[in-house]
Amino acid sequence: MDVAIEIMSAICLLIGSFLCVSGGVGVLRFPDFYTRMHAVGVTDTLGAGMILIGLMLQSQDILVIAKLVMILLMTLFINPTASHALAKAAIHNGLKPVLDNKERNNTESESSSR
Amino acid sequence: MRHTINLFLMLAAFWLLNSGHYSVLMLSLGLGSIVLILFIAHRMDVVDHESQPVHLSTKLPSYFFWLLKELILANISVVKHIWLGNSSISPTLTTVKASQKTDVGKVIYANSITLTPGTIAVDLVGDKIMVHALLEENIQALETGEMNRRVCQVEN
Amino acid sequence: MLIGATLAILVVMILAIIRGIIGPTLYDRILAVNMFGTKTVLLIALLGFVMGRPEFLDIAIVYALINFISVVGVLRYSDSFAFKQPAEENQPEEP
Repeated sequence: MDVAIEIMSAICLLIGSFLCVSGGVGVLRFPDFYTRMHAVGVTDTLGAGMILIGLMLQSQDILVIAKLVMILLMTLFINPTASHALAKAAIHNGLKPVLDNKERNNTESESSSR
Repeated sequence: MRHTINLFLMLAAFWLLNSGHYSVLMLSLGLGSIVLILFIAHRMDVVDHESQPVHLSTKLPSYFFWLLKELILANISVVKHIWLGNSSISPTLTTVKASQKTDVGKVIYANSITLTPGTIAVDLVGDKIMVHALLEENIQALETGEMNRRVCQVEN
Repeated sequence: MLIGATLAILVVMILAIIRGIIGPTLYDRILAVNMFGTKTVLLIALLGFVMGRPEFLDIAIVYALINFISVVGVLRYSDSFAFKQPAEENQPEEP
């Protein structure tokens, strides 16, 4: 039984780490600010959630689990608010998003210049 | 009054779970801090049905489970497109309509849009939500209106 | 596995710092700071378990709140003139 929980916790931590690294790569790779926000969203929701669930499986103390649940709920409630505030400030101050057809040209010229 | 009691219970649960010490001195200090916060909240006039949505609490859990499923699917698609690279994404900016009647419903809908990776609610004016999406499919999925319908169900 | 996850979070924090340094617009930098803060919360929680001291979770909760307040606090000044200039200057040449 203990071994099964250990393995499940390890799998959760592994998935969480993979999602976080993917989000980090996406933040460096995506072409403009608004698309980068989507990459940050991955690390903030399921990446953080999986790591915290993995930690919950490892602990026996009920207070520790309650605190981890609290951190998870805070992350899930706070981060959409912060990203919405950021996106709204950006679009009100005139930062134009790179949209579909223009974006192809930009990435091509960027990759050719490297 | 209902909202004040709800806020008191939430704060008490938060304090008890965070402290872990249950001697008389600590409990009375906790009670004092809760009463202080209730007093400040009443002075600020923020204790009402919007900050303490008690009337939604029976319907929210099933919506959360549905949202969790959507969250996992959206995460998988965004991670796939991160590794596929820039040529596979199609960023789009459109407005979708929110058919919720109350402000709380609209906020729940906009926050759900932002919470699922791949779509961000950029602005909310009246009943129009401006949405930036990583892929065009995400916009099409929003326009079918399933999330909108479910938030309406929560609200009523 | 705990140490592996800690190392992964450290790598992500380094990637966020890189985006914060090169990030063409001001908003990219705020985004990087926000991401860095969220990852710090996870790092503190993981380190508490690595060292066998779950009391670290209290610090993680406080850090999550501070992170949110810092981002919203910076964005409160987003109506000011200094915020508008860099975004418009950067727009033509940066993707």
